[in-house]
Amino acid sequence: MDTTVQTDGERTGRLETVSYDNNIVRLFAIASAAWGLVGFLVGVLVAIKFYWPEFLGGIDYLSFGRLRPLHTNAVIFAFAGNAIFLGVYYSLQRLCKTRMFSDVLSKVHFWGWQFIIVAAALTLPLGITTSKEYAELEWPIDIAITLVWVVFGWNMIGTILRRKERHMYVAIWFYLATFLTVALLHIVNSLALPVHFLKSYSMYAGVQDALVQWWYGHNAVAFFLTTPFLGIMYYFIPKAADRPVFSYRLSIIHFWALIFLYIWAGPHHLLYTALPDWAQSLGVVFSFMLIAPSWGGMVNGLLTLRGAWDKVRTDPVLKFMVVGITAYGMSTFEGPMMSLKNINALTHYTDYIIGHVHLGALLWNGGLAFAMMYYIFPRIYRTKLYSISLANWHFWLMTLGVLMYAIPMYWGGITQSLMWKQFAQDGTLQYPNFLETVTQLIPMYVMRSIGGTLYLVGACVGVWNLYKTARSGSLLANEEVQVVNRMHEQHREPKEGWHRLLEGTPVKFSAYVLVAVLIGGVVEYVPTALIDSNIPTIATVTPYSPLELEGRDIYVREGCYTCHSQMIRPFRSETERYGEYSKAGEFVYDRPFQWGSKRTGPDLHRVGVKYPEPSWHWKHMMKPTSTSPNSIMPAYAWLYERDLDTRHTEGKILTMQQLGTPYPEGYAPKAVDDLRKQAAFIANKLRAAGMNDVNENKEIIALIAYLHKLGTDIDPVKKAKVDEWKAEAIQ
Amino acid sequence: MYKNVLSSIPGIELYPIVALVMFFGFFAALIVWFFKADTNRLERLSASVLDDGASTHQQSTNPSQRS
Repeated sequence: MDTTVQTDGERTGRLETVSYDNNIVRLFAIASAAWGLVGFLVGVLVAIKFYWPEFLGGIDYLSFGRLRPLHTNAVIFAFAGNAIFLGVYYSLQRLCKTRMFSDVLSKVHFWGWQFIIVAAALTLPLGITTSKEYAELEWPIDIAITLVWVVFGWNMIGTILRRKERHMYVAIWFYLATFLTVALLHIVNSLALPVHFLKSYSMYAGVQDALVQWWYGHNAVAFFLTTPFLGIMYYFIPKAADRPVFSYRLSIIHFWALIFLYIWAGPHHLLYTALPDWAQSLGVVFSFMLIAPSWGGMVNGLLTLRGAWDKVRTDPVLKFMVVGITAYGMSTFEGPMMSLKNINALTHYTDYIIGHVHLGALLWNGGLAFAMMYYIFPRIYRTKLYSISLANWHFWLMTLGVLMYAIPMYWGGITQSLMWKQFAQDGTLQYPNFLETVTQLIPMYVMRSIGGTLYLVGACVGVWNLYKTARSGSLLANEEVQVVNRMHEQHREPKEGWHRLLEGTPVKFSAYVLVAVLIGGVVEYVPTALIDSNIPTIATVTPYSPLELEGRDIYVREGCYTCHSQMIRPFRSETERYGEYSKAGEFVYDRPFQWGSKRTGPDLHRVGVKYPEPSWHWKHMMKPTSTSPNSIMPAYAWLYERDLDTRHTEGKILTMQQLGTPYPEGYAPKAVDDLRKQAAFIANKLRAAGMNDVNENKEIIALIAYLHKLGTDIDPVKKAKVDEWKAEAIQ
Repeated sequence: MYKNVLSSIPGIELYPIVALVMFFGFFAALIVWFFKADTNRLERLSASVLDDGASTHQQSTNPSQRS
């Protein structure tokens, strides 16, 4: 196929036949749809637990703290992740006018990614977790993710290098930025030292761990849930509307501004925390500026429909797209607003954030994912969509479901926050019992689960419609088309500006993208790590004893951080409720940090000060309502049945020593002895307080030891008491 | 551990400043580009997405939908 043809007047190129791989597109579509249903279902299950704590109760694998990471990982990496690959594999081939670089790499990528999802689905309910949000998977799976991601990038860049179009269309820039930045974020945030095959400790501690985690966490939203979907928007909106992109100039500005600004925004997750003030302020400024490129992109997407709005009434693809892009606009307005410190003070740790993220995930990511599927299925199966009517049902169930989800969450979030902050006439807290602010929200939680169920039902209708569409046609696994190879174009355009050159060289382009995203990280992170004054040390803060460390690992395993923060902000309403505000120096031995991001229950940073008696924790963990009437916390019966596993205690101490925790030289072999002595001491205290069936070998004893230590380091009286106990125990 | 790695990079204290200069420099250049870019070319690029190549299959791959 080497016919030379003349196109676009003066431009010439060679006519070639290429074959697009639709089979890999089909596989990713099926995976996205199937995992999506699983993720939504788990979401509904955990939502029910808010007003029916005993639901699926007593089974450790199905407790809220373990299922919540499963839900977030399933929706982000399994549903949205496979949808990204679906969009990239479909559009990249057509934009580059070539087949994917390698069918083998495509298959390795697909099956590797599904293997990782299965590994996540097995390990997270087992409590094998790093507890770093959206990066919970342990180190062997992290390595697998890195390898599969490299395969994806290799396949993508190989395809781009083989393209038959000189210009790389803007969607491809977003795909490249996604690949590079997610690789960078994942590797830096996942750095950890393994204790054994399924346990590791973060390379970073306390404040630095929090900064790296939210640099990752926020940019996972930016570069996993935003940039690839913007690429998808820039491809599928023009295709579905049969209109060119509204402004290509705007798309270029949109791209560079977005990737330059996004990477700085992470600290807005840590406002009023122990993170240095200057880093918080940088996070606020850049988050606020983000509204400009975000809305620029939204406007560009919506205005592409100019003159085609009538199609939105009838075409399901455009309906889902328009609602998705509108939700993106709303989310990216909320985001900068919530980054302002005064608004953040109100919304942070509340259900408002849950409403915000679901608006983005369910409508922006979900809307675009389903729009893509409705667009692609009839085309690759060479048939018509089975039922427009069912697609409309899906659309309305989705839209109304999200409204029923988000509005109660917004309402409940603000309600709870105002109740936390409300003072009575005499200057005391109006609602000193945290539970009063929780029971107030129960109707909102019920409505949220109904909204989520509607969304799930809608998704089932959608998947059924797509299934029937596929059954009514036959897959065009290899789609042959004739294309003009413009890489051999004889005519070159006169104005070859610097950006024009950049657009034609993917490797150079990628290098600049990497520089752009590194800048924010370097400016914010390097000084935090290097300048000691950013984290003032506190002499009384001591490392965890072996028993406390084991207890902390149980706290991590059970996902306590999904409902409890450990970060008291410097507000009077918080210091009145929880005690002295949290200091950066208190977390220097915390690997990983456990600051949390949501308070379904109260903050626990000073819980050791508030409840110094082991018996309170014993009773509370066995039956939360016995100490806290109306509590929605589940019981943790299995902690009273399981023996504490001390096989790795010595290894854990050694690993911590390697990371810089100042345990005495040669301490590791003595660690288990000390652990047993401290456990026996606590068990005796419990027996003395009248508790029955106390066994010092059980996991609950370690957890109590950890909770006891929390927040006591800077309280001279409590610190002396805890130290005295330890000394007495370990004699 | 990583602190040692970072602090052993010569001149790392300059990195944040260099990074900021690059940050503002790039946007300055982008503004210049914004006003100088060739509009005709950009219009052609914005429409380039609509071309998937000519299908060699008999049945159209651009289906109309059932009602």
